[in-house]
Amino acid sequence: MISDVDFHAAYLDSILDRYGHAATNLLQILREAQEHHSYIHPDAIDYLIAKLQVPRAKIEGVASFYSFLHLKPHGEYRVLFSDNITDRMLGSVELMQKMCQQLWIEPGKMSEDKLVSIGTTACTGMCDQGPAMLVNGRTITRLTHQRVQEIGQLIRNRTPLENWPADFFRVEDNIRRKGLLLGNTLAPGDALCAALVLGAQNIAEALKTSGLRGRGGAGYSTGLKWEACRNAPGAAKHVICNADEGEPGTFKDRVLLTSHADLVFEGMTLCALAVGAQHGYIYLRGEYQYLLKPLQAALQRRRDAKLLGKNILGHAGFDFDIVIHLGAGAYICGEETALIESMEGKRGVPRNRPPFPVTHGYLQQPTALNNVETFCQAALAIHMGAENYRAIGTPKSTGSKLISVSGDCPRPGIYEYPFGVTVREVLQDCGAVNTRAVQVSGPSGLCIAESEFNRRLGFEDIPTAGALMVFDDSRDMFEVARNFVHFFAHDSCGFCTPCRVGTSMLKQTMDKIAEGHGTKYDLSEMENLDRVLQTSSHCGLGRTACNPVLHTLKRFRPAYESRLKSLDFVPAFDLDGALARARQMTGRDDAGAHIKAEET
Amino acid sequence: MNNTSTFQLDGTDVPFESGQTVMQAALAAGHYIPHLCYHPEFKPHGSCKLCTVKVGGRTAASCTMPAEAGLEIESDIEELNALRRTLVQMLFAEGNHFCPSCEKSGNCMLQALGYDLEVHTAGFRHMYPDRPLDASHPDILLDFNRCILCELCVRASSEVDGKNVFALAGRGITKHLIVNARSGLLNDTNIALTDKAMEVCPVGVILKKRVGFKQPIGERRYDKRPISAQALDDAPRAPSGAKHE
Repeated sequence: MISDVDFHAAYLDSILDRYGHAATNLLQILREAQEHHSYIHPDAIDYLIAKLQVPRAKIEGVASFYSFLHLKPHGEYRVLFSDNITDRMLGSVELMQKMCQQLWIEPGKMSEDKLVSIGTTACTGMCDQGPAMLVNGRTITRLTHQRVQEIGQLIRNRTPLENWPADFFRVEDNIRRKGLLLGNTLAPGDALCAALVLGAQNIAEALKTSGLRGRGGAGYSTGLKWEACRNAPGAAKHVICNADEGEPGTFKDRVLLTSHADLVFEGMTLCALAVGAQHGYIYLRGEYQYLLKPLQAALQRRRDAKLLGKNILGHAGFDFDIVIHLGAGAYICGEETALIESMEGKRGVPRNRPPFPVTHGYLQQPTALNNVETFCQAALAIHMGAENYRAIGTPKSTGSKLISVSGDCPRPGIYEYPFGVTVREVLQDCGAVNTRAVQVSGPSGLCIAESEFNRRLGFEDIPTAGALMVFDDSRDMFEVARNFVHFFAHDSCGFCTPCRVGTSMLKQTMDKIAEGHGTKYDLSEMENLDRVLQTSSHCGLGRTACNPVLHTLKRFRPAYESRLKSLDFVPAFDLDGALARARQMTGRDDAGAHIKAEET
Repeated sequence: MNNTSTFQLDGTDVPFESGQTVMQAALAAGHYIPHLCYHPEFKPHGSCKLCTVKVGGRTAASCTMPAEAGLEIESDIEELNALRRTLVQMLFAEGNHFCPSCEKSGNCMLQALGYDLEVHTAGFRHMYPDRPLDASHPDILLDFNRCILCELCVRASSEVDGKNVFALAGRGITKHLIVNARSGLLNDTNIALTDKAMEVCPVGVILKKRVGFKQPIGERRYDKRPISAQALDDAPRAPSGAKHE
């Protein structure tokens, strides 16, 4: 019989070899180690300490930062229901209850026989085909009562995931409206050829002329970014594609990586040419693990076609290749400097800026980091010419934008429009009726009411990373905001005081109101909290975490006020509620086991 | 240094050297900005946000903000002091801080800041987290209830002691301090009483056993003078003597 250490060494050695025994690849090493053993075993950590020269506390610190990494057993089957508001609107809460009943377990706990655990996770990017779940990291879409029951049965029978019906794992593109990007007919290499004609040193300038701005939300000029990276001194420059699409309600990058992967790679290669980089990386969110193999195959096809590797398209010295880093469940890693920290094998905590990634990015080298869609748009802009590109959209928002539409509409999916489209047009196209509110650009974005539907998507009016969630008049906007507040509290990295504590305080207050203990005092307290979070948070997560509450309070105040007690202040502590446990333990529920409201 | 290398702090000229942050330059010139996670001997990281200042209408942590000539910085204004009060209230609410029975009372920076900033109420519903003590070590007690996650012990152990005894684990409100041992116990680490990590805790997490009340409460550092009058004592004052990154 082999010893425990030998058992772990056997699989860890091959992983360590593949990742060059580099501590900077710790996250990838831990993720793969977990695939071999379902959780990261203490013996495996002992082995990694010796091989990587990284202390245990650091390894545990990294592993415990990511939702999908585990230092303790969690069952053979780990079921995570996607918990975005759109999943909830499609019945995910009830489905999860049903499944827990069927398998006799409590949410968040492992079953006695160590077979299964059931919990929730942040939006999995399947809002157009929810409710969705992850089982051992694999995405399952379009859950129904019947499907959930079948899954319960498969788990009970210990059927390996590979033998589950393929239809469970089917992910549709749901492209509803094509434009410049989704309708492109470029062959692999077309944009690169155009770029080589243009000349490497002219690419950034052309992009500046095209007016292209980043599609991840912040809207920084892509040309300026690439130019700064090109001019930054550094031995090894890097190109990173941010595919950590975590903003709830957004799923456009999923579709681009599924059906336009070549254009993404093309844009990255173009960027490498423009800035003088040889190393490219895609940071793919852990929820999209199912895309890993197809993407790797697409990369290999490009290598075979001389579109990646040494001397690309026969140009001596044009060397570039791309590797894929997989995330492990941390929304904050969508923030560019947190993403870089994560790529370096650390906890995904945003860095202090300056310096910016263009001068001190991955491994402190100049790094051009852009969103998936931005790379696609850059390739298109170079191929069609800066002036032609500039003619599309609006003066300050050129080109087209992919919008991920979900929620209360008959045709959820991906819609591509030139910038400047009104919210009302999008609603008409997706067939939404009786719409009460629209959440643009996810929880950190903007919630608008009917009177504002003529507003336009673009940097002049409503900037957006691309999410558009629709709520009809049957929806309770308080519950929408509460779901978003829970999301921020769950995904705060915890680095700075205001965000770490403030998002939890906000969650407590929203829950207090939901339970019927809220007062006007609580509403004003939330406005105070917002000021603190906005002025002192370390990054955008904290600064925008109060938006859902503030926006819905401003537009849908009755949804809050109808829940309030008329008093100025009510303590969150409920005297009678505090006896609930004692009642349960003694099996009593008579009048004497309750404290009446008058007595409190 | 030429005389253009100054910025304004609350209307006063503050000289600085290139590479200094606003906090470093301010302290070196004898101006106090409230802070908790900043320590003159370590690279600032800016997590507590107590040192938030206003520059041209925007806010930033002064401990990480590079000093630049001509900046007009506001710090000692009611708006920012109100913010600092709220942040102190948050730190109190997040942990379990029972000052009357805490052996660090009077030497605790969080408590001292509470007094100095005139934090008169709890402000928030306290969270009462469950954070068991670690009394495994014969000479050292860890009381995690008081941890404010400033990472000073993490930085001291790694940067000065070369040991990595401490690290942070978890995320968000569940973030917590851990020690470098498979058992999770301090006694199984290589910590020593002489470590820098033993000296830097601004609150009462890392404690030497059997000496807690040697100095009576009432006669301790912040019992005598408020923290704002003393923080400068720790700051390196010689313009070139400091080891700043």
